[in-house]
Amino acid sequence: MIEVQSLTKHFGPIRAVDGVSFSVAKGEVLGFLGPNGAGKSTTMKMIAGFIAPTAGAAAVCGHDIRTAPIAAKARLGYLPEGAPLYADMTARGFLNFIGASRGLRGAERAKAVGRAVEIAQLDTVLDQPIETLSKGFTRRVGLAQALLHDPDVLILDEPTDGLDPNQKHHVRQVINDMAPDKAIVISTHILEEVHAVCSRAMIIDHGRLLADSTPAELEARARRHNTVTLRTLAMPPDGERAALGQLDGVLGIEAGGAAGEPVFRVIPQEGANVLPAVTAFVAEKGWKVDELRLEQGRLDDVFRELTAGGAAGRDAEAAQ
Amino acid sequence: MNAARTVAVIFRREFAGYFASPVAYVFLIVFLALAGALTFFIGNFFQRNQADLDSFFVFHPWVYLFLMPAIAMRLWAEERKTGTVELLFTLPIATWHAVAGKFLAAWLFAGVALALTFPIWITVASLGSPDHGPIIAGYIGSFLMAGGYLAIGSCLSATTRNQVIAFVLAAIVCFAFSMAGAEVVLGPVRDILPQDFVNLVASFSFLNHFAEMRKGTIDLRNLLYFLSVIGVFLFATVLVLDLRKAE
Repeated sequence: MIEVQSLTKHFGPIRAVDGVSFSVAKGEVLGFLGPNGAGKSTTMKMIAGFIAPTAGAAAVCGHDIRTAPIAAKARLGYLPEGAPLYADMTARGFLNFIGASRGLRGAERAKAVGRAVEIAQLDTVLDQPIETLSKGFTRRVGLAQALLHDPDVLILDEPTDGLDPNQKHHVRQVINDMAPDKAIVISTHILEEVHAVCSRAMIIDHGRLLADSTPAELEARARRHNTVTLRTLAMPPDGERAALGQLDGVLGIEAGGAAGEPVFRVIPQEGANVLPAVTAFVAEKGWKVDELRLEQGRLDDVFRELTAGGAAGRDAEAAQ
Repeated sequence: MNAARTVAVIFRREFAGYFASPVAYVFLIVFLALAGALTFFIGNFFQRNQADLDSFFVFHPWVYLFLMPAIAMRLWAEERKTGTVELLFTLPIATWHAVAGKFLAAWLFAGVALALTFPIWITVASLGSPDHGPIIAGYIGSFLMAGGYLAIGSCLSATTRNQVIAFVLAAIVCFAFSMAGAEVVLGPVRDILPQDFVNLVASFSFLNHFAEMRKGTIDLRNLLYFLSVIGVFLFATVLVLDLRKAE
């Protein structure tokens, strides 16, 4: 439902977005990850039709955002970064205005506003001016605004930024509930959020797409994926430790704690699962095990590995 | 959705927005006090002993010079500062719908201010027997002139995120348009450009066109003049927004 083809945006000499292509189908929740200034928001603004691309094209439900902007925007719900709202209006007045400008009238509009208010749980603050609302409620008014017309495509720029854990959970719940019949794009730099809501994750840096797959596949790319962490009560003899490193499928072992602490990381060769072999070895040698854990590989690590080069490059540029 | 309805939706929100803060009432009071004081004390309304409102209308360009930029400055600068411009232009509306809706709201607000000067008309009508033609023409001319100033203000408000800058720029451009027929502007122009061009600049003067209307002649040329100024500056607003709204 979203088609993006070699989308590019230059701000003067800066390439904010550099030839990004992807598409999002119904039922998908795409998480946009990247360091600050990576080009996430710029890409979203281009799809939402707020800024014009330097090159490339974006289409929403088959409507090109440049040649048919109004048709594209009518099928799109968009929450801009920071959820800007008309602060002098009440939540009810604001949602009615959004409904009216989307062409909803009378009973139809009342129904749409009622539905959005229910989803975003705004019923207690409807008649308060938006400027008097807490950050959590303000963000939820922004969310209600985006999904008021029950759009096929939702683009949410950092929808949980600045919310407390309960509010975050609620917003993720809302996204999950809507996911089956919409195409949703969210940007975030909270990596746990990708697990909670996204069926697909894209990492973007320097305006370029660095990775595009499911969160689980991304984790499998982490250096520590399937690493076995082992803590024993007493330090085992050196020879036995060396033997552990010689097991089938083991790439090597490294110390996992402070010097002298009996904690080891058994790093597997690519794709290998060494947990059974390690368990058998430990039982055979009679080590007293305090802790034995299979690491899943953290998204953070993948994120850092993929974007660290970019960050270093930026620092170098800044130093010049 | 048809264009008129979209413009009406934007217009309603914007017009209500003027009255959401006390600023609107302060503005109305300042306008009425200023218009009244200038008419009676500087314009010598009573001493002139004339049953007309010339001493009332003659000050309008000068009052508008500061008050219209004050109404117009928030139109776009505020949207850009708070980021709501991003919300507005990702709704399924065209740029000109928003520009027209907001301008009409500002214009109607100015119209309300102007309409509230009605006691002076009652005063002159009860003291003497004025010719109502020039008064009606004066009100129409004043309203059109306010629209011209507001369109200029709208365009300059779109160029910046800062309302104070928007106000100052609009006041300067409005001043240039007001004074286009006076020696302060024409003198330097005459020094460097041929007479035809001087006449052209002089024909842009708000003051001259308004003065003609005050005399009671609603000439088509004067109507067209103010309407084209409004049209040109609103078109410029659309262009400025399309180019710069995201910066």
